[in-house]
Amino acid sequence: MDLTPLWEWFRWLYGATGVKLTIFYDAFDRQRFFDGFLTSVRLQAACLVSSVVVGVVGAWLQGSRLKPVRLAVQGYIQFFRNTPPLVQLYFFYFALGYYLSYMTDEGLRVALVSNFAWAVICLSLYAGAFNVEIFRAGIEAVPKETIEAAEALGYSRLRAYVYILLPLAFRISLPALNNNLVNLVKTTTISYAIAVPEMLYVANQIWSDEVNVPEMMNVLLVIYVSLVGVVVWIMHKWERALRVPGYVS
Amino acid sequence: MTRRLLGLGAFALAAAALATLPAAAQTLDKIKQRGVIVVGSKADYKPFGFRDPSGKIVGFEPDMAADVAKKLGVKLELEAVVSSNRMQFLQQGKIDLMIATMNDKPDRRQVVGIIEPLYYASGVNVLAAKKAGLKTWEQLKGKKVCGIQGAWYNKPVAEKYGADFISFKGQAEVETALLQGNCIGWVYDDTAFAERLADAKWKDYEMSLPTIMEEPWGLAVRLEEREGPWGKFMSDMIKEWHRTGRLIELEKKWKIPASAYLKKMHEEAKKAKS
Repeated sequence: MDLTPLWEWFRWLYGATGVKLTIFYDAFDRQRFFDGFLTSVRLQAACLVSSVVVGVVGAWLQGSRLKPVRLAVQGYIQFFRNTPPLVQLYFFYFALGYYLSYMTDEGLRVALVSNFAWAVICLSLYAGAFNVEIFRAGIEAVPKETIEAAEALGYSRLRAYVYILLPLAFRISLPALNNNLVNLVKTTTISYAIAVPEMLYVANQIWSDEVNVPEMMNVLLVIYVSLVGVVVWIMHKWERALRVPGYVS
Repeated sequence: MTRRLLGLGAFALAAAALATLPAAAQTLDKIKQRGVIVVGSKADYKPFGFRDPSGKIVGFEPDMAADVAKKLGVKLELEAVVSSNRMQFLQQGKIDLMIATMNDKPDRRQVVGIIEPLYYASGVNVLAAKKAGLKTWEQLKGKKVCGIQGAWYNKPVAEKYGADFISFKGQAEVETALLQGNCIGWVYDDTAFAERLADAKWKDYEMSLPTIMEEPWGLAVRLEEREGPWGKFMSDMIKEWHRTGRLIELEKKWKIPASAYLKKMHEEAKKAKS
């Protein structure tokens, strides 16, 4: 489909009103903003999924019978929950990144882990730390008798966790999890500090080149409201689908 | 839900409109009344504007700012700015004057009041490892190069030579990223590299490409004051700098390689007077 007339309309809009949306009529800006949008969505999807996995696994390990494991999980939560995500990002990228680079045959230094990968690792661990605590709250709300019943039926600890405890705890945790994931979607913007070409980073480049700060700020705001809207909508659908009548709200 | 979204959008638009409201005019009077002039300058651009061991901002441009303060008979206050916020700081009235290594570009002239004549000029080059063997700009195609957020030439270099930019806020971040191999080279003002190449830390690096896109630097006041008394005052100041050769003197003081531009401007200004 040829969208040229639409793009040209935005050029006309700039001429007529001064609203400078180069991301529509300038081919280079359009391409980089679209790439930025895709990078943002990929980053958010990767972080959402892996942070929930971190949360589920972490909550299980928290109930371990081995003290060192419980202590390790506790240490991880304290470290990631008590430090600002931006500091963590800088720490991973600039401090750890230095030790994770190698020399090529030509003698050039090349980084082993890309900035995108660092952002996913760091933000997943950050949000994951909160998710562990959210799931713990859900697990603790499941009546003790239910677990005892599972044990009486011969379930191992892992199988009881996967088939009985987690499904029940998950329903209780969902509203809090929802909150944390919405926060995570928005927190991905800080990865522009380590030059991950996501939307805020690209918008910053564009407004530096085109000097259209108010326009780009509004574009970002509208896109983020919609992206978070989609996440909230999916989570609500999920909450409703998982609802067991008579069991919690 | 839709209504709520609309409400949010309207709020954002109102906030954006507020941010662009012009600050009160007549900066010159305000400065004299206050007894203080606030100048926005770089703090990470050695030797044009950087922090000395005590944390004070010093350099070529802070010295220019000091000249302005001296002439006005007021105290000087320096505010550190970076490329991506310097014009906004000026628009919002956080600074009275911006001397921050800014190239003179037509679209910038629509946002801030760039004062004629211009005071310096620089071109664009790449700092890269000698082993990378860069000989032509075309070799940057598809390669990761580091840059500074807000530099005007990032886009043309990306467009023309197909370089893949990873840009950071300040020079310290770029240095680290370059040294640990996150990019093959750093595309930036050639004037910023001269100082570095003299340093042992960068002995394996070179600036081997021909300098491109040589552009003059302009200092700026708020757009609506360019033709006003404050703009006129600064314009006369720059003319005087060129005539007396003060900028060439500062260039020597900060050990910046002599620029052909300053020499030309100095000679022209001398001729105009005689």
